[in-house]
Amino acid sequence: MKSDPFAPGFGSSFYDYLAHNRRDLLPAAAPLPAGAIPAGIDHGTTVLAMRFADGVVIAGDRMASDGHTVSSRRIDKVIQTDALSAMAISGAVGPCLEMAKLFSTELEYYEKIEGRALSLSGKANKLAQMVRGNLPLAMQGLAVIPLFAGFDAEAGTGRIYKYDVAGGRTEESDYIAAGSGSVQARGSLKKAFRDGMPEGDAVRAALGALRDAADDDLGTGGADPDRGIWPTVLVITSGGARHLPEGDVAAIHRALADASK
Amino acid sequence: MASPYYVSPEQLMRDKAEFAKKGVGRARSIVAIRAREGILLVAHNPSASLNKLSEIYDRVGFAGAGQYSEFESLRKAGVRHADLTGYAYSREDVNAKSLAGGYSQMLGQVFAHEMKPMEVELLVAQVGPATDADEIYRISFDGSIMAEGDFAVVGGDVERVAASLSRNFSGVGDLAASLALCRTALADGGNPDLKATDLEVALLARAVSGRAFKRLAAPEVERLLSG
Repeated sequence: MKSDPFAPGFGSSFYDYLAHNRRDLLPAAAPLPAGAIPAGIDHGTTVLAMRFADGVVIAGDRMASDGHTVSSRRIDKVIQTDALSAMAISGAVGPCLEMAKLFSTELEYYEKIEGRALSLSGKANKLAQMVRGNLPLAMQGLAVIPLFAGFDAEAGTGRIYKYDVAGGRTEESDYIAAGSGSVQARGSLKKAFRDGMPEGDAVRAALGALRDAADDDLGTGGADPDRGIWPTVLVITSGGARHLPEGDVAAIHRALADASK
Repeated sequence: MASPYYVSPEQLMRDKAEFAKKGVGRARSIVAIRAREGILLVAHNPSASLNKLSEIYDRVGFAGAGQYSEFESLRKAGVRHADLTGYAYSREDVNAKSLAGGYSQMLGQVFAHEMKPMEVELLVAQVGPATDADEIYRISFDGSIMAEGDFAVVGGDVERVAASLSRNFSGVGDLAASLALCRTALADGGNPDLKATDLEVALLARAVSGRAFKRLAAPEVERLLSG
């Protein structure tokens, strides 16, 4: 039995454990073949996060595309990673979901080994390292560009982070968006954001921004009332994270549609 | 020339077992008991920060009695095993039986091959959808493993604590009643002055989906015991 707690991979990080002992299970571990994935496969999506008085709201559309084809209408791009944090994914779906799963395991593992959760900035930093670890895949076109948001229990406030393809981490104070529809979404959020806004306003702003993005961006799926598909909205406050029920999302969506008639 | 000592294998094993038993016997006891709300884990542990009870995975919990350094490294190995299984396969593929088997092998090997056996006794519990699906395993310092029924005891004066439980247990009860039963049993194990603050309490909650391990804070424990 290995019992040296300071040996590489035997600390509090599941990611390090895999890196040192089970490299085969790391997403970007295998040497990549020469050549690149043909350009032109763009990763259409819009995900966003916004701070409000008591925490953060994080939301995303539901469509996954493969070139000009819809590959899934119901994918969830907002993934709760522990009790007080969530990430939203943009990029290549497979590596994105894999990273979300690994990151969630990382947070849970740390919490169980150490008996307490990582700080929010600790979590954000760890995610940055993982995005950087994905750089070889990103160079082949399989980029993972997440957003990360959560409630900082120590500071008593919601915080949001964005990443670039090389793992560069930036904390934003108010709102962020990523994906092909992020330009439209950011414009929409900029108009709606007020410092200290209540939760209801933030949720409406998030859904409005997704609506605007779906309107003008081919890669972003809009709400689909016929099939009952609605954007994912997750709200995180000091009390924990909760998904907004589909009925509520649908009602807000109808109100937004009526208001723009 | 002096000839080397000969020690018969029987003698060697007896000595090792006696040594380990003494170590575990000195420890404070831990009880796991089936309750309606889930599996209750109660440890006699005056320290608020050095835990003996731990979450392993969604429905699986751990308790270690004996040498802290030894059961702590076993606990970490258990978390690693569970998270690795859940990550490589799926969350529902993690179970107590596989973990208890792993512990049994590990402890058995150390007992047979190392100079010093581990002075620990472990409980691995998995809460089920109903009480009859609950699983409680007890693993001894020599790797022997037992599947227990309504309750299990490790560490300290196991016989006296278990005898108290057998005397007072009359079917699966609710959380408060089960906790009171455990407190009485731990006190009967040679600690008549046991206070509520000397207890570390955790519940593998039956009704919770996902991570079921919840620590019960001191005020909650006192409330349950006084109610």
